[in-house]
Amino acid sequence: MSGRRLVVVGASLAGLRAVEAARKSGFDGSVVLIGAEPHLPYDRPPLSKAFLDGAGLPAFRTEEVLRDELGVRLVLGAPATALDTAARVVTAGEREFGYDALVIATGAAARTLPGTGGLTGVHTLRTRDDALAVRSALDDGARTVVVGAGFIGSEVASAARKRGLDVTIVEALPTPLVRAVGETMGRACGALHARNGTDLRCGTGVAAVEGDGRVERVRLTDGTVLPADLVVAGIGAVPATGWLAGAGLSLDDGVVCDETLFTGAPGVYAAGDVARWHNPAFGRHMRLEHWTSAAEQGATAARNALDPANAKPYSTVPYFWSDWYDSRIQFVGVPATEEVRVVDGDPGGDRFVALYREGDRLAGALTLNGQTQIMKYRALIMRGASWADGLEFADRRRSALETA
Amino acid sequence: MKIIVDRSACTGLGICESLAPNCFEVDDAGDLILLTETVSDEDLDGVRQAIEGCPTEALRLEP
Repeated sequence: MSGRRLVVVGASLAGLRAVEAARKSGFDGSVVLIGAEPHLPYDRPPLSKAFLDGAGLPAFRTEEVLRDELGVRLVLGAPATALDTAARVVTAGEREFGYDALVIATGAAARTLPGTGGLTGVHTLRTRDDALAVRSALDDGARTVVVGAGFIGSEVASAARKRGLDVTIVEALPTPLVRAVGETMGRACGALHARNGTDLRCGTGVAAVEGDGRVERVRLTDGTVLPADLVVAGIGAVPATGWLAGAGLSLDDGVVCDETLFTGAPGVYAAGDVARWHNPAFGRHMRLEHWTSAAEQGATAARNALDPANAKPYSTVPYFWSDWYDSRIQFVGVPATEEVRVVDGDPGGDRFVALYREGDRLAGALTLNGQTQIMKYRALIMRGASWADGLEFADRRRSALETA
Repeated sequence: MKIIVDRSACTGLGICESLAPNCFEVDDAGDLILLTETVSDEDLDGVRQAIEGCPTEALRLEP
């Protein structure tokens, strides 16, 4: 044993990949994995997708694999409360953990609806416990109101409709998903709701969520009253950095890192939803809440933390997906706003491809049911393809299909 | 080395295609197609990344 100590704070995907990568790289010192939730690391994307439709939810790894094969000391149900970067100590409640290398992977916490603390039947959807509660309400045939027309909210609405339940989505902005995919494509995606029987109401806010002990109705700012047994808030997440107050790290909507995920404090790296790092592929800082980047950053952060002299940058073309009704939405890159062009299909239909331009560069691509196309655009964007390259590729694909 | 796909787990997310485009392609229906059964040495690294990068853990390599 080398006697060195790796501590990973956050026991979700990024934290799991951090401890796995540490062992894979040959690290034979001690590894501690600290998690706020009492559960073993589990996968989150299914929580708002297949799990709501009735699928099971296995943990990533069994406790035996983590403990015996990977030699990880699990400290679960123990939210970290403080970090001292000078003494190199993480505190979780009464317990202290000294480290030589530290990976911060505390993720993000779902935003909650103000003033609903005492009401049962009002949920966010971020954790396994949230998902169980939402699923059981859907099983009981809840009249459902979703607040926020983002991806999580849309997936919940989709699950409710699959069961034939009445569901309304309330969105404060005039168009859904503007920040994620831009205005035109946000409207195109939002149209899926009406086609599948979900009542999407944009441009109106929630005035009050009311009930006697448990939720009974949602009052909107336009005066509408929606009866409800289940209210799910999908109004975004905030990076879990509260415990880092006073640690001397740079915090700005996440832990600010360089391109190697280094925070600036000796031995301390960050990964996943909590990290705002410099992404060389786009030459700017970004914070992503995506599965792929959390997994890859977790592994990179651990390797870099254990061998800072050979730290490697983490460069990526962001990728996320969302399943609504029987459709799959996929996005790669960044939703640049200079120009969005539909290059295949019809944004009013069930299948289309849209490209996003930034300067003369192809910056992003969105597909609805375009599984065979999306990753080809990801490869183009990774190579730094120009806008003209992107359009030409789309043309070639179209003509190949027409002559096929 | 041979690529094995667990068809019951794969949902065609396509991360494998972006990491090892010589070996994987998702078709129009969203199903994964193996472009080759045996992996060449030069593609091995990409395939290993694809296995690690698969959100549904649907891929593995066999000798």
